[in-house]
Amino acid sequence: MADPIMSPPGEIELEARDLSVLYGETRALKHVSIKIPDRKVVAFIGPSGCGKSTLLRCFNRMNDLVPGARIEGEAIFQGQNLYGDGVDAVDVRRRIGMVFQKPNPFPKSIYANVAFGAKINGFVGDMDELVEKSLKQAALWEEVKDRLTSSALALSGGQQQRLCIARALAVEPEVLLMDEPASALDPLATQKIEDLIYDLKQDYTVVIVTHNMQQAARVSDYTAFLYMGDLVEYGVTQQMFTNPSEERTESYITGRFG
Amino acid sequence: MVFALATMIGILVLAALLFDIFRDGAGALDAAFLTNMPSRLPGRAGVKPALLGSIWVLVMTAVMAFPLGVGTAIWLEEYAPNNRLTRIIETNIANLAGVPSVVYGILGLAVFVRTFSLGRSILAAAMTLALLILPIIIIASQEAIKAVPASIRLGAYALGATRWETVRHHVFPQALPGILTAGILALSRAVGEAAPLLLVGALAYVDFTPRALTDQFTVVPVQIYQWVSQPQPAFHELAAAASIVLLVLLLSMNAVAIILRNRYARKN
Repeated sequence: MADPIMSPPGEIELEARDLSVLYGETRALKHVSIKIPDRKVVAFIGPSGCGKSTLLRCFNRMNDLVPGARIEGEAIFQGQNLYGDGVDAVDVRRRIGMVFQKPNPFPKSIYANVAFGAKINGFVGDMDELVEKSLKQAALWEEVKDRLTSSALALSGGQQQRLCIARALAVEPEVLLMDEPASALDPLATQKIEDLIYDLKQDYTVVIVTHNMQQAARVSDYTAFLYMGDLVEYGVTQQMFTNPSEERTESYITGRFG
Repeated sequence: MVFALATMIGILVLAALLFDIFRDGAGALDAAFLTNMPSRLPGRAGVKPALLGSIWVLVMTAVMAFPLGVGTAIWLEEYAPNNRLTRIIETNIANLAGVPSVVYGILGLAVFVRTFSLGRSILAAAMTLALLILPIIIIASQEAIKAVPASIRLGAYALGATRWETVRHHVFPQALPGILTAGILALSRAVGEAAPLLLVGALAYVDFTPRALTDQFTVVPVQIYQWVSQPQPAFHELAAAASIVLLVLLLSMNAVAIILRNRYARKN
């Protein structure tokens, strides 16, 4: 068996140490340890219910919001345990942003969507500038610059998702977690999101959960394969897709199950 | 077909009732009716103190019941832990919504009029009606808050919003049209109540207009009740006319509810 606690080169931004998540009596994530390097894209793959989204949500404490969820072990961000005493989940989420599966813009203007996170975080600079910068980073500026005051709900699905990315970036996080960000989008919109992820890793550590193996292969530097709450294999993406060391990984990647 | 028939029966009965009231009351309804004090003489009697009393009581009821009811709903939906105590509270609120209004009248008499020594005042009446409509406002506001998609809350939390910031900026504004509608419909129930206010001490005969919260008062439904109890047919016409006034008040409140809802729905 390959060493699942593979240590990627470079600085480690996020790490799970013997991390388990229990929903009531069910253990959705079983003693997972993984290291995620700074400014790389890491993909979590695996069949539905394998725990990949659960693992992702440990890194910004979104599991706290699920009634009955219990976390054991450590999730470490820049050397600090996110579940340690005195760590405020709200602060964690300000530094580790998240984009969801279905675009969920607020039913407000495009501008208000981007400005909200910065506003509640006490941003004091030029808000117009921040909104423009964030929308440019999310490759949406050109499409919406003339209608910043119109409702975000009038945008297409792909545009809404890029708006959600812009919204997350406006808080100036250090990590961006993406939970199947393109699964509700058409191929063209998906490609735009993938191009965007490629650009984002210049400045951010990106962790992406995906159902789509080709997508994982295209966008990520490292891939983790989870199965029934276990981390089965973790390694350099290219190697995993061409020469997986675990039989289960190979079966999944070649489409024999899942 | 059966449902259409059921609907038709309801509409026909309502139409007959309205027709009856208008036939009886239209003759007595004029500007003087709205500005006159009640009188022994049917020709000179008016509904002014009752109408003003209704408005006073209504405004005070809204001022008390609205913040309390909406606050409770927000707490129950967004803050309360999901445990047995919360469920007991919710069940009890639902039960309170089904308690006959006259029981609230007895409570108002015992607690507000006697124990708090508020007397037979507008304040005591408004507090009683506020209690009466609180469960309705709470339940309807909870429904409006529940209707806000979970994805909106998650989106806000993921940006580092606190619970309060999420409620204030996203959940509450989105639930507001529903909350307003619920509140106004609850108030229109309050404005039509006579039974609890008879107990709290709405007077049958009031020949002054209320000037303070501690003043004695009457309201339109009580005035109608009093006129209907008179033997002379002329007073029955007055009762019908007062019913029309009450009906107009109710319909305009519902119209306001609809306008508010549409306004906020568009803004979102």
